[in-house]
Amino acid sequence: MQFMASKQPENSLLGPESDSQRTLYPYVTGTSVVALKYKDGILMAADMGGSYGSTLRYKSVERMKPIGKHSLLGASGEISDFQEILHYLDELILYDNMWDDGNSLGPKEVHNYLTRVMYNRRNKFNPLWNSLVLGGVKNGQKYLGTVSMIGVNFEDNHVATGFGNHLARPILRQEWHENLSFEDGVRLLEKCMRVLLYRDRSAINKLQIAKITEEGSTISQPYSLKTYWEFSAFANPAQGAVGS
Amino acid sequence: MFRNQYDTDVTTWSPAGRLFQVEYAMEAVKQGSAAIGLRSKTHIVLGCVNKANSELSSHQKKIFKVDDHIGVAIAGLTADGRVLSRYMRNECINYSFTYESPLPVGRLVVQLADKAQVCTQRSWKRPYGVGLLVAGLDESGAHLYYNCPSGNYFEYQAFAIGSRSQAAKTYLERRFENFADSSWDDLVKDALMAIRETLQGETLKSSICTVAVVGVGEPFHILDQETVQQMIDAFEVVGEQEGSAAEPDAAAGQEAAAEQGAAAADQGGSTDECVAPMDI
Repeated sequence: MQFMASKQPENSLLGPESDSQRTLYPYVTGTSVVALKYKDGILMAADMGGSYGSTLRYKSVERMKPIGKHSLLGASGEISDFQEILHYLDELILYDNMWDDGNSLGPKEVHNYLTRVMYNRRNKFNPLWNSLVLGGVKNGQKYLGTVSMIGVNFEDNHVATGFGNHLARPILRQEWHENLSFEDGVRLLEKCMRVLLYRDRSAINKLQIAKITEEGSTISQPYSLKTYWEFSAFANPAQGAVGS
Repeated sequence: MFRNQYDTDVTTWSPAGRLFQVEYAMEAVKQGSAAIGLRSKTHIVLGCVNKANSELSSHQKKIFKVDDHIGVAIAGLTADGRVLSRYMRNECINYSFTYESPLPVGRLVVQLADKAQVCTQRSWKRPYGVGLLVAGLDESGAHLYYNCPSGNYFEYQAFAIGSRSQAAKTYLERRFENFADSSWDDLVKDALMAIRETLQGETLKSSICTVAVVGVGEPFHILDQETVQQMIDAFEVVGEQEGSAAEPDAAAGQEAAAEQGAAAADQGGSTDECVAPMDI
């Protein structure tokens, strides 16, 4: 850690950025993740885009992964940091399994562990540039929580990251209720993802929906949403515009 | 056990494959005053005898709360016991902080055992001279473990350690098959009777013993002297009456229901066990 790998001369004009041992900006990023609790567990949706600034560069990035037997993790933000987190969690689950004693880490425990990691990194000014969604079911108890890159964490019946907070949460606040069926839950998530597709420029039309229940988790194959452009306002968009 | 040329160092094996220093450490446990533990499916009771050095001094604390769901009773070098309790409390609180979930007792016990093992394999250390009865809950229910200075640990339905613990063990061996479904009252009563066995005729009073309980929905706590004395009084009365009559009367008002519970658990034929053998 003492050894400086920086290639900049000491009198560089870059200033503090030449001390580039810490995360300063994200490079390849994922956009919103949306999730909700339904009758049997948790449903989570995320598209498969990895943006490189304003370029929609990677289109098959899996931003949701199962963690152990009881949890599902979705991430937005820097993809490489998400991969690092998966590595930490892999080790965590491995050690948990190695005890082989009938106890296992549930979604609440994983969420809290992640909160500790994210907050500690934030305190060192070297954050993992992600917003995470952690959902799962254990012993009949459904759990859905989120952690941000600065360590803000909470649980709720429905959560979202990034643009999802602004576009999807209002829909969910209106239309979510307890004991949604699987079909209703998927329909609701698709409604949210469609709005995000229309309005978030880093969203792509290729998404996955993941489900986790007491029995286990499944992540769907990628698919696309149907979009609707026959709004009368689109027919003649310049009508009423000055000077046209 | 006699002195021999292989017992100076913990890192020296004897030709018979024994580590004498470790065995001597286990002797230290046998010198300490008795501690007992027993469990049902949902609760564990720990009890110990508190012998003060003189009437002027207070007695040593031998039962420690480690977390809401784990407690420990010790026998042997109390100072070593206190240090290990502090270690256990630390581990529990760190786990709770990171995972917002209680540390499963089975994992704590393994960590404790590994810590004890280290002291049996370093020439500059000595084994801990204390035996610990760890009572705790985890996902699979109520557990009672015994951790020994050798670094071994065992799970028990009921156990006793310390001086004159054999008498308590004999009592527990006769009754342990019923413990799994025992009520709270019966379990505490059995604990008190086991403690009484180690007293060799001395009267059992709440001032010379400590009892603690932990269970599902019940955080670890030490019972106060009054409660303990009431429970002692209840079964002492039952004991006296059973000496003369075949069936116990519901004499002491408040503990009536509990007494009848004890009688039912005794299954008729073994009622004379409530009376300490030496009283006859």
